[in-house]
Order: sequence, then structure tokens, then C-alpha cells
Amino acid sequence: MRTYLLNRAWQSLLTLILATVVVFLGVRALPGDPALALAGEDRSPETLAAIRLQYGLDQSIPVQFGHFVNNILHGDLGTSIRTGTPVSSMMRTALPVTLQLAVFAIVLATIVGVGAGVVAAAKRGRPAEWVANGLALIGLSVPHFWLGLVAILYLAVATGLFPASGFVPFTENPVENLHHILLPVVILGTGLSAVIMRQTRSATLDALSADYVRTAKAKGLRPSAVIGRHALRNSLIVVVTIAGLQLGELISGAVVTEQIFGLPGFGKMTLDAVFQRDYPVIQAVVLVTATAYIAINFLVDLLYSLIDPRIRVGGEAA
Amino acid sequence: MSTTEAPLTPGPSVADGDADAPREVGRRRRIVRRLIGNPLAVISFAVLLVAVVVAVFAPWIAPYSPEQTDFARTFAPPGTSGHLLGTDDLGRDVLSRLILGSRASLEVGLLAVATALVVGVPLGLASGYFRSLDAVISRFTDLLLAFPFLILAVGLAAIRGASLGNAAVAIGIAQIPGFIRLVRSETLRLKSLDFVTASIVDGAGDLWVLGKHVLPNATSVILVQATVAIPAAILGEAVLSFLGLGIQPPDPSLGTMLATAQQFAARAPWTAILPGVTIMVLVLAFNIFGDSLRDALDPKGSRS
Repeated sequence: MRTYLLNRAWQSLLTLILATVVVFLGVRALPGDPALALAGEDRSPETLAAIRLQYGLDQSIPVQFGHFVNNILHGDLGTSIRTGTPVSSMMRTALPVTLQLAVFAIVLATIVGVGAGVVAAAKRGRPAEWVANGLALIGLSVPHFWLGLVAILYLAVATGLFPASGFVPFTENPVENLHHILLPVVILGTGLSAVIMRQTRSATLDALSADYVRTAKAKGLRPSAVIGRHALRNSLIVVVTIAGLQLGELISGAVVTEQIFGLPGFGKMTLDAVFQRDYPVIQAVVLVTATAYIAINFLVDLLYSLIDPRIRVGGEAA
Repeated sequence: MSTTEAPLTPGPSVADGDADAPREVGRRRRIVRRLIGNPLAVISFAVLLVAVVVAVFAPWIAPYSPEQTDFARTFAPPGTSGHLLGTDDLGRDVLSRLILGSRASLEVGLLAVATALVVGVPLGLASGYFRSLDAVISRFTDLLLAFPFLILAVGLAAIRGASLGNAAVAIGIAQIPGFIRLVRSETLRLKSLDFVTASIVDGAGDLWVLGKHVLPNATSVILVQATVAIPAAILGEAVLSFLGLGIQPPDPSLGTMLATAQQFAARAPWTAILPGVTIMVLVLAFNIFGDSLRDALDPKGSRS
């Protein structure tokens, strides 16, 4: 167990270092002088000189990298070349919006996905299974941003049931906050719930044919108790695994969802940065995403080894 | 469940492991028979066939040029004479744009998956076969995974500009880890089987074993993964083009059509609904066919 975790920790750290190098080199891969790119529209010699000094562009690449890492470790993610705002303070305003969106979507997707998956497995060969399977397939195949557009068109613009865009912080007005975030959460959760449903169904089917479930049935447990107590426990592992695997999809999905619903989150900040060629912000966004991904997957593995004792003994998380 | 047909060996590819010709033919025939016996597989295959034919002959099939504007007839509703599915904000024919947009979607789908295959399969084989390379390739896989496709696309668009090619590359790179992991675990499994061990003991070279035994037996799982990866790439392209990070207007793309439609959705709902339905039908057909193919290849019989 300890070797496994130490191993995973070391691997995660190594990946993080590699990712930092990639992000660092990414900006240097820009065609032309990075100082020009970082300066944006203001191309006076003084500005360029200041940028060269600030980023240490006149020094050797390894020294620059040292600077880069040192700044990050001190919480300095650079400054937007468009607004002059430190990227770290931009993140502080944007991230809570995205986190709320993502966490709510995961919770919703888990409830719907696990529920539908268990029903599909328990009602095998009956209409309920067909309905659940069909919905999952559609959930996987429908472009979510399009679903968002249609939802805005028919649920917001036409009927006024929901606001079409905008955001109200939870601390300001909890009711309005939920009102604004509900549609985006449902849209972002659709794909995830389909994935969770399919995995839960397959894991539950596997569990239902496993020896220990047969024993439980043989000793006279009611079917609902068998599923609830034995088969469902496995779905916990499924959800945790998927949370790690689907994190990339979730981040990508959040960016699009925020764009459609006009939520002032991480995704909107990212897209604005791309269209304004705000390189320090792009660089920070990519780095923060990669770090979050690596950290959360490490946590998932940690959790995974706590839930499933086979991982601790077996060594390798397949 | 057609358990009677299941071979006694543990995996789908083991039966034909020693390239036993008649058995291999029998297996293929059985897979095709299972696919034909599954109505969903037949329907989804037919849809894909139509989509591919339409994509290949798109310029001849589309009634108009997708970029031809007609300012006298903007927002013509579906059913207007001469415009079966109506026109958009610039009076362009929606049907023609859907046809050429689907073609672009399929192009990106194939290009992305080809990228992922070309890089992912050799790395997966090497990672599973050569213990010394495993750690390095696994770190590379982790590294790629740390960049979600949209973030990759953002980075690529920032460095190289937004285009169909860059969108395909970004999606393809994001799909590489999936192929590496899949092929790696399949290679590990095959390597431990008797016929491969026998070949190694027999003195066969590594490349020969990989090319003759491992890769051919891994094709079915790779194929299934590819049929799942193509629709994912199509969805990815739609997202990127919608956000302005993929195909650039005025080139027709289902994603850019939706981006434009967003502004006029209340006035011309068909411009917002039709591209989405087109994407969904394409992706659904791939996903259903992929599911059917996996079931047909599964020696334990079908699950759904």
C-alpha cells in the first residue's frame, strides 16, 4: 500500500514537472519574438524591454525556466496583457463559478447515472432496460452545446422559465444562483450521466453474476437487498474511476457550457484569452488545468485504493 | 446470449492465434452473421454508408454551393421551393451547408483518429511488449492526458491559429492515450499466451512477433476503439468550430452553423435545430455500430 502510493505520488510529480516544461516551451514555440507576442498591441521599445526583463527573455532557457517555476511557486501566474490584472486574481473570481457548475453536474450525473444503470441491470431484457439504454446512447451522442442552445431557445427565451444567461454568486442570492445555474448543470451533466449509466450497468451485471451475489441470493436475501447491499457497492468504484477519466471531458464541457450560458467562469476566461491572444493568461490556464487534472487523478487513485483492496495488493491500477 | 457459439478460449482473438485459416474464416463469418442478425447494427451501418457516400460526392449532391448567398431570400423556412431545408441569415441553402458540413465532420473524425492510431498503436505495442520502454511511455501517456482536448485546442489555436487541420490534430492528440492504454493492455495479455511465448522461445524476432502475432490479434479491439473514437472526434470538431477554434467561416461546418444560428435561433429555429440533429444522427450511428461490433466480436455473446 505504501509503496503503491509513494510510487503514484512520484509519478504524478514527474508528470506535473513534464507538463510545466511543455507549457513553458509552448509560449516559446510561438512564431517570432515571444516579447512581441507577450506585449500584444503595445510594441514600443520600452514595453518590449520591460517584458524581456520581467520574463527574463534575454537569459538562457534554463534560467528562464527557473524564473517561471519560481514565480508559479510564489503564486504569481503572470499578468494579463489585455487588462493588466494578475492572472491569479482572475482565477480567483472565475474558478468558483466553474467549480460550482462542475460539482453540481457530477452530483446530478451520479444520481441519474447510477440510478438508471442499476435499473437497467436489474430489469434486464425488460422495457425499462431498453429505455435506459436508449437514453444513455442518446446522451452520449447528442452535442451538449446544441442541447444547451435548444434549452435556451425553448426553456428560456420562449417561456422565460429560466434566465438565458448570466450568473449570480451563491453568497449574494442563493435562490437566483440556483435558478441561473440549473440549466447549465443539466446540460453539462447529460453526457457524464450517460457514461456513468453505461459503466454502472455493466459493473452491476458483472456483480450480479459474481459468486458472492449468488451466495447472497441463495441465503434468501430479497433481490432489492442483494442489489442495494452487494451490487451497488461496486458502482461506487465505477463513479470514482469515471470521475478521474472523464475529468478532461468535464473541463472541456464546462468551457463550452459557460460560453453558451454566459457564465463568467474559467471557460469564458480561457476563450477570451485565446481570441485576444492574451498569452500569459493562456499559459496559466493550460498549466492550472494540467495541474488540476494530475492532482485529481492522484486523489482518485488514492480513493480507489481505499475502496478497492485489490488495488493495494495487486499494485497496478488497470 | 449465444453462449453455444463461444469458443473455449478466453479471448476473441485467441481462436485464430495460430493463423488457422478455416477457423479464421469461420470466425469472420460468425461475426458478420451476428451483425446482420442485429437490426440496430444494420440500420446504423446503412446510415453510415449513406453519410460516407454523400460526403464523397458532396459537391455533386448539394443543390447549391454552400457559400452562395441570396440576400433576397434570407431565413426562408424549410419547404420553400428550391430550398428543401430553408436558408440561413445570408440566404445560403441549409441543406447544402449540412451536406458539406457533414463532410467536414467526417474528414476531421477520420483525420483525428488516424493521428491517434499512427502514434498510439506503435507506442501501445512497445509499451506492452518491451518492459524497458513501459515506464517512459506511461509517463508520456499521463502527460498527454493532463491536457484536455479543448485546452490542447486552445493551445494549438494560440500557437498555430485555428483551422480544420489544427482542430483534428488537437482531437487526435487527445485520443492518443486511449489507444496507447488499450493496445498496451491487449499486448500484455497476448504476450502471456502460449502461442506467442512459443514463438518467442522459437527464436522469433521482437518485430516479427509483434507484427505477426500481437498486432493482428489486437485489431478487433483497436477497430472497436476506432469506431468509438470517430464519433467523439466529430463531436469535438463541432464544439471547436462552434467556439471559433476549428473550421473558420465561411467554410461550412456543423459547428460554425450552430454558432451563427445562436444569434438567430428565435427567428429561424431550423438553422439551430437541423445541424444539431445531423451531428446527433452521425454520432449515434457510429456509437450504435460500435456497440454492435463490440458485441459481435465478444465471444461471450452479446450483452445488450
